[in-house]
Amino acid sequence: MGLSWMQYDFMRYAFAAVLVITPLFGLMGTMVVSRKMAFFSDALGHSALTGIAVGVVCGVRDTDVSMVIFAIVFALLLNRISSRIAASADTVISVFSSCSIAVGLAILSKDGNFSRYSGILVGDVLSITRREILYLVLIFVITLAFWLFGFNKMLAASLNRALAKSRNIPVAFLENAFAVLTALVVMVSIKWVGILIINALLILPAAASQNISENMREYHFFSILFSMFSGVTGLVLSYYVNVAAGPAIVILASAIYFATYLWGSR
Amino acid sequence: MRKMVKKPCGLHCIKVKDLGVSAGGQEVLRGINLHIHCGSLNVLIGKNGAGKSTLIRAILGDIPHTGKIEFKDREDGRIQRLRIGYVPQSLNVEKQTPVSVYDMIAAYQGNVPVFLRKSRSMKERIVESLRVFEAEHLLDQQVCSLSGGELQRVLLSMAIMDSPNLLLLDEPISGIDKNGMELFYRTIYELKETYDLAVILVSHDLDQVRRYADWVVLLDHTVLKQGSAKEVFQSEEFHAQFGI
Repeated sequence: MGLSWMQYDFMRYAFAAVLVITPLFGLMGTMVVSRKMAFFSDALGHSALTGIAVGVVCGVRDTDVSMVIFAIVFALLLNRISSRIAASADTVISVFSSCSIAVGLAILSKDGNFSRYSGILVGDVLSITRREILYLVLIFVITLAFWLFGFNKMLAASLNRALAKSRNIPVAFLENAFAVLTALVVMVSIKWVGILIINALLILPAAASQNISENMREYHFFSILFSMFSGVTGLVLSYYVNVAAGPAIVILASAIYFATYLWGSR
Repeated sequence: MRKMVKKPCGLHCIKVKDLGVSAGGQEVLRGINLHIHCGSLNVLIGKNGAGKSTLIRAILGDIPHTGKIEFKDREDGRIQRLRIGYVPQSLNVEKQTPVSVYDMIAAYQGNVPVFLRKSRSMKERIVESLRVFEAEHLLDQQVCSLSGGELQRVLLSMAIMDSPNLLLLDEPISGIDKNGMELFYRTIYELKETYDLAVILVSHDLDQVRRYADWVVLLDHTVLKQGSAKEVFQSEEFHAQFGI
């Protein structure tokens, strides 16, 4: 396998995008998995459709904006409701997620127009532009800053809320900030990764890393490594095998998950 | 960590005045008055649902309450900020959670991100504190693989790291056998004897309470009776609650 794929602009951009998205997802995924928020991030991904639909109804010119705003509101709402309602969080999330998808699909499929939006289901990393890569870099920098300043406190809060609160850690603020950040990351990357597999990309590397790690340094290192490895290899493979990049990446990440599962349960 | 003192100074105390807690329109606690001396082991007893853990959480500031909690330094009468150490009954960790003892303690105590590197000075502080409870060998173990007794010692080490004036804890409920429980009470007893701190403990083990408690508070939504173990155990209120 040579570097012939590098001669195309779209492949170079896609490669750059993967180099930003995968470490970002590897990093973010560690906390999503630790806090058992896999279902939450999945619901967030699905809310993208509703966000676009809301934009269409309101006559917004750029539906990306309505998508991001809707996702942030949705994330904060989910956070608030799951902490207030006695029913278990996954039930609450499921109810809201289903409702939001149905509303989104209903609006977007009106008059048989859904095919215009179906691209977002699978995503297309090959269509990314230079400007959009810059957005990804920006969100990556924000996430990194949040991690450097907030990670210890987030971990403390996830281990025991009361103990964290007693040490003046702003637990509720951090939980909301993390939910908003997750919403931003998911929305900024969803066009390239696709609704159907974005959660897999977020969860699989961290879950695989959890299988073999004993502390936080190993956990982060392997999560980012697995994410980048499956991202880069998946993209190159997809070029040669001629399948969509997203699924190729997720298939590799799944393979790594199963391998680490076997390794970890030895 | 505060250096060891031979004896509690006896000069400061913590006063809980008319504390009340309501939840969902119901009064869970009302009119709680306590006077906690430094260097004393205070034990909360009562039936299930009497509000023992609620009282701990209210003092901790985890749930809203009415009334006042004052910390008085009798030497000059100043009211300072009360430093509270808290030992939770359990942690939110599952099998395989990649959090080591170092990670956990450093996450609560320090600012150097635990996912980046281990800070040497933090590691030394943690080891020093673990040593008090003979748990320094657990530093790099995964928290989820610790036994009930080991976890209790690790959590105690963490609680005393910033020299609390008051230590709040629930008696461990799981993973500890009779010997472990005996060891737990002896450790708490030594802790309050050696460090200048007051302890409030929720307990179900009346035999251990009889042996180790300096002050016993019998609770049923309010204080039914408080005093020495002997006084409380012989009171009518105690017999009415426990039927012994």
